[in-house]
Amino acid sequence: MIYINNLSKVFTTTKDSFTALEDINLHIPKGAIYGIIGLSGAGKSTLIRCMNMLENPSSGEIIIDGQNMTQLSGKELRKTRQSIGMIFQHFNLLESRTVSDNIVFPLEIAGWPKKKITQRVRELLPLVGLEERADAYPAQLSGGQKQRVGIARALATNPSVLLCDEATSALDPQTTVSILDLLKEINEKFNLTIVIITHEMKVIKEICTDVAVIDQAHIVEHGPVESVFINPQSGVAKEFISSVFPNQLPAQLLAELAQRPGSQIIAVHFLGTAASEPIISDLIRQCGVTVNILHGNIDRLRSTLFGTLTLELQGSPANLQEAREYLTSRNLTVEVIQ
Amino acid sequence: MENLITMFSDPAYWDSLSRIIPKALNETLYMVIVSTFLAYLLGIPMGVLLVITSDNHILPNPWIERILGTIINIFRSIPFIILIVALMPFTELVVGTYIGTKAAIVALVVSAAPFVARMVESSLKEVSAGVIEAALSMGASPWQIIRKVLLPEAKSSLVLGVAITTINIIAYTAMAGAVGGGGLGDVAIQYGYNRYRSDMMLITVFILVVIVQLIQWSGTTLAKKLFHR
Repeated sequence: MIYINNLSKVFTTTKDSFTALEDINLHIPKGAIYGIIGLSGAGKSTLIRCMNMLENPSSGEIIIDGQNMTQLSGKELRKTRQSIGMIFQHFNLLESRTVSDNIVFPLEIAGWPKKKITQRVRELLPLVGLEERADAYPAQLSGGQKQRVGIARALATNPSVLLCDEATSALDPQTTVSILDLLKEINEKFNLTIVIITHEMKVIKEICTDVAVIDQAHIVEHGPVESVFINPQSGVAKEFISSVFPNQLPAQLLAELAQRPGSQIIAVHFLGTAASEPIISDLIRQCGVTVNILHGNIDRLRSTLFGTLTLELQGSPANLQEAREYLTSRNLTVEVIQ
Repeated sequence: MENLITMFSDPAYWDSLSRIIPKALNETLYMVIVSTFLAYLLGIPMGVLLVITSDNHILPNPWIERILGTIINIFRSIPFIILIVALMPFTELVVGTYIGTKAAIVALVVSAAPFVARMVESSLKEVSAGVIEAALSMGASPWQIIRKVLLPEAKSSLVLGVAITTINIIAYTAMAGAVGGGGLGDVAIQYGYNRYRSDMMLITVFILVVIVQLIQWSGTTLAKKLFHR
């Protein structure tokens, strides 16, 4: 669906140059909700803006629906952009137009006939739940409502891709959830590919199917959300995950536990049905270790359960080894902390 | 006091007044309306060009921006009275004469258009980069952005600019007398100043004040109506 090959972007001023993106390779499959997460300044905004050529890449290519975006003429690019919707952190609605006229706007640009425009607007308003506010001006709307207008506007021309540039970063947590639910609904209803740029792991956790972590102009890891959450490779990814699933033990406790002979601390990550099996009692019975539960949590990752249990195991090195193997054999991910 | 009474009771006084004032008012309105209209006809494209060719805008072009900016600055720095004289050959070329109301309009337009260009520029610069980017992301062409984003989004600010420009042009019409342009300002100078006719001075100034108030009030009211932020 979307292929990004060897993409680089260097900003040059007369004095110096700044590499915003370096050698980015990504494949975003059709129908995915693909999250790209990074801290501010990591290059994520530049990346999404390269996708519809709002930013000109320095090298590399972007292929959307078989079209090489970097090779299009001005006219072709404008035509192609009509099939790529985009929503923004600050909504970017036309202040002088009402809600429905904002939705009309991209259709006017695409040159739709009047009759078809009216009909399309009538379909879109209920989709985003704004029938009642059709004649309101953006200034009279709440942030969440503004973003709903943004979404309706982005969907007006029936695009195959929706780019979301920090679309929930200016919203409160509750509104964020409602906007994310709407995006998920749209994704399922229209099999629309959604690319989300964010610095909030919560957004990734709620709706993304895949995630790429971007740090200092590079993609440091990417994959299906579940595997990245269970087995993060990079420091940035680990930090992001602990922001939504905190399982860091206090240093004082770790130091204390380190004094105990024959003690090992492990974190067990589990996903889906594993959450409902009596694994701990089996572990004690079968491996001859004592188990001390230090910390645990469980939450949803999209619609599957995802949890982490931090345990202190006590026993001989052979017992400990056996215990880890047992847990791995039950399809759990074991991480030795100390 | 007695003087005034005699003057006001003299039908000849009212007769001369009714010959002078309505004609002057007519000339002023004619000059102001026509030159404001023409100044905008020239000024809007210049203002738009200044904005879209600026750095990080939709058609950045430092050369056009710089050259146009410099020309505008040059015309804005020439004192109006000098401009009237300097433009005489050009005026004659355009309207066939270098005296009279029509001739004054040429000078007014040449002087006001660069001012309008700057007013339009500052109004259009208020349109947020985000909105322009959104339009670009939908595949809008530069022309569509100008017509459907920049100008409509700046409507309210542009209307306030029209009020300011019109009032400025009214002030400038007073100098149009130099080329026989006539108008209320000219009456104030010819009668009120040169012939010590305080009554004429008061009447013309009063009418001008009313006109200015009216324009500013309509501008502010309309701008408020168009403002949706």
